[in-house]
Amino acid sequence: MDNHAGEVSATADQARSIDQIMQQVAEHKGCGTSSEGGKASCGSSGGPEDMDPAIWEKVKNHPCYSEEAHHHFARMHVAVAPACNIQCNYCNRKYDCANESRPGVVSEKLTPEQAAKKVLAVASTIPQMTVLGIAGPGDPLANPEKTFKTFELVAQTAPDIKLCVSTNGLALPEHVERLSQYNIDHVTITINMVDPEVGQHIYPWIFYKNKRWKGIDAARILHEHQMRGLEMLTERGILCKVNSVMIPGINDQHLVEVNKAVKSRGAFLHNIMPLISAPEHGTVFGLNGQRGPTAQELKALQDSCEGEMNMMRHCRQCRADAVGLLGEDHSAEFTTEKIEAMDVNYDLEGRKAYQEAVEQERQATVAAKQAELADLEAEFSDVKILIAVATKGHGRVNEHFGHAQEFQIYELSTEGSKFVGHRRVDLYCQGGYGEEDSLQTVIRAINDCVAVFVAKIGGCPKADLQAAGIDPVDKYAHEFIEQSAVKYFKDYLAKIKSGEIQHVVRGDADIRQGAYIAA
Amino acid sequence: MAFKIISSQCTACSACEPECPNNAIREKDGTFIIKPEKCTECIGYFDDPQCVAVCPVDDTCVIDNSYPRYVAA
Repeated sequence: MDNHAGEVSATADQARSIDQIMQQVAEHKGCGTSSEGGKASCGSSGGPEDMDPAIWEKVKNHPCYSEEAHHHFARMHVAVAPACNIQCNYCNRKYDCANESRPGVVSEKLTPEQAAKKVLAVASTIPQMTVLGIAGPGDPLANPEKTFKTFELVAQTAPDIKLCVSTNGLALPEHVERLSQYNIDHVTITINMVDPEVGQHIYPWIFYKNKRWKGIDAARILHEHQMRGLEMLTERGILCKVNSVMIPGINDQHLVEVNKAVKSRGAFLHNIMPLISAPEHGTVFGLNGQRGPTAQELKALQDSCEGEMNMMRHCRQCRADAVGLLGEDHSAEFTTEKIEAMDVNYDLEGRKAYQEAVEQERQATVAAKQAELADLEAEFSDVKILIAVATKGHGRVNEHFGHAQEFQIYELSTEGSKFVGHRRVDLYCQGGYGEEDSLQTVIRAINDCVAVFVAKIGGCPKADLQAAGIDPVDKYAHEFIEQSAVKYFKDYLAKIKSGEIQHVVRGDADIRQGAYIAA
Repeated sequence: MAFKIISSQCTACSACEPECPNNAIREKDGTFIIKPEKCTECIGYFDDPQCVAVCPVDDTCVIDNSYPRYVAA
């Protein structure tokens, strides 16, 4: 759907300034643009006319819409929307939900008033908190009064916070007008199929027009509403992300079609997530033995869709009441009880100053990487490796191996470094000593990586990692991730050249099952 | 003449509350309850009892046999 021939009337100056913005966008996403018509090498196939300059303003501080922003900015979800209007085979409402539309567990439901107070308390304590999302635990648009009341209250007191909503799309067409009135500029729709034949294996029923619809009829109605809702949103300039759950054997191949369909209707970003289907969650898929994808299966699908549009690879499938940077959770610090006791003073100016400082920091990250990229050797153009990084954010290697709850995965090639995902691991080190079993869990989760970058690592895990063929690297402690990664890759190529090492393709890795529950 | 909600099954998701044409459902002690004297089993309103149709947990909104079945006036 490239329409790069458009905008013939644009002046050369306009075209140049858009190119500059595209370059800026691409750099902030952690990848450069090639010279071929401004096409971003990280997957945005659209020419400048596909990316409105205003979009960058919308996404740059949104951790869920910008890979690069997620190192620096935080979001929170408030669980004000418990009701749902559809049933998914990967969700079990009785045991909370194991997957996206209401991922994980919610410790408490909030009224809109409680939620608004919580948002203010969190935003005052965590200045990098820039986004409020309502993602459930049911479907926000099946609870329209609670959802919109919350947005209304937050907009009155914290006007700088971006509002977003995540929905299954069934009730979307009837609420699009209201969403645009409330100044909600990001909407996520979970779309797992564009063919009701496929959909009937994912959705056992929907509740629509006072009736429970089943089978292919249910999937057809849902599909039509999702497509219409997406079109209506993009017509109004509301930014849309599409989430899809990858279910091997059911919709894995089909998600390529989904990707094309949502791209052509104007979706900005596609987030393909692995199915979570542990039997103990009691979901249909958990009980019937439906497996989730492996790390390499997921990556292969994301890679194959990337030519079509931007792919999101940093989703943590977080809870509907998560608070903090993606991958960390402060929700326990902000229980209703604690918030009631807080004296909240909303400091808009202080927040602005903090966010400006973050902006400078992120530009330094990009500059450091660009400098390092300069002389990568082209002769090794077919060598690609993955590395795992232990980080607490800010784009730096700054986490102890044993404290890491997840590793960020970067793919290195002569094209540079590219963030391609993350791997959750159980806390390996608890109480200061490592446990053998959890070390094996970590190794399985990053088994496809050549190296793991850490701020610090103990002697025992170091030896075990080496035995598993993974190079433990602590010499880049507290340095920028991408700059260090490129340095490492250059060394790696030099060692191949000198015959010191042989490049071997690594195997596959596990995706950890279970809802994200941070300690 | 009424449905009831098995409280041990109820997730308190509140989906049933706004669907009830009789305003017979409300929250009580962390789950939802149906006021039997208000419930008409949706007869006269819809083909399916709405609480049953929208409830995410099977066999949670069930006929309360201690009441005679509702007969439309």
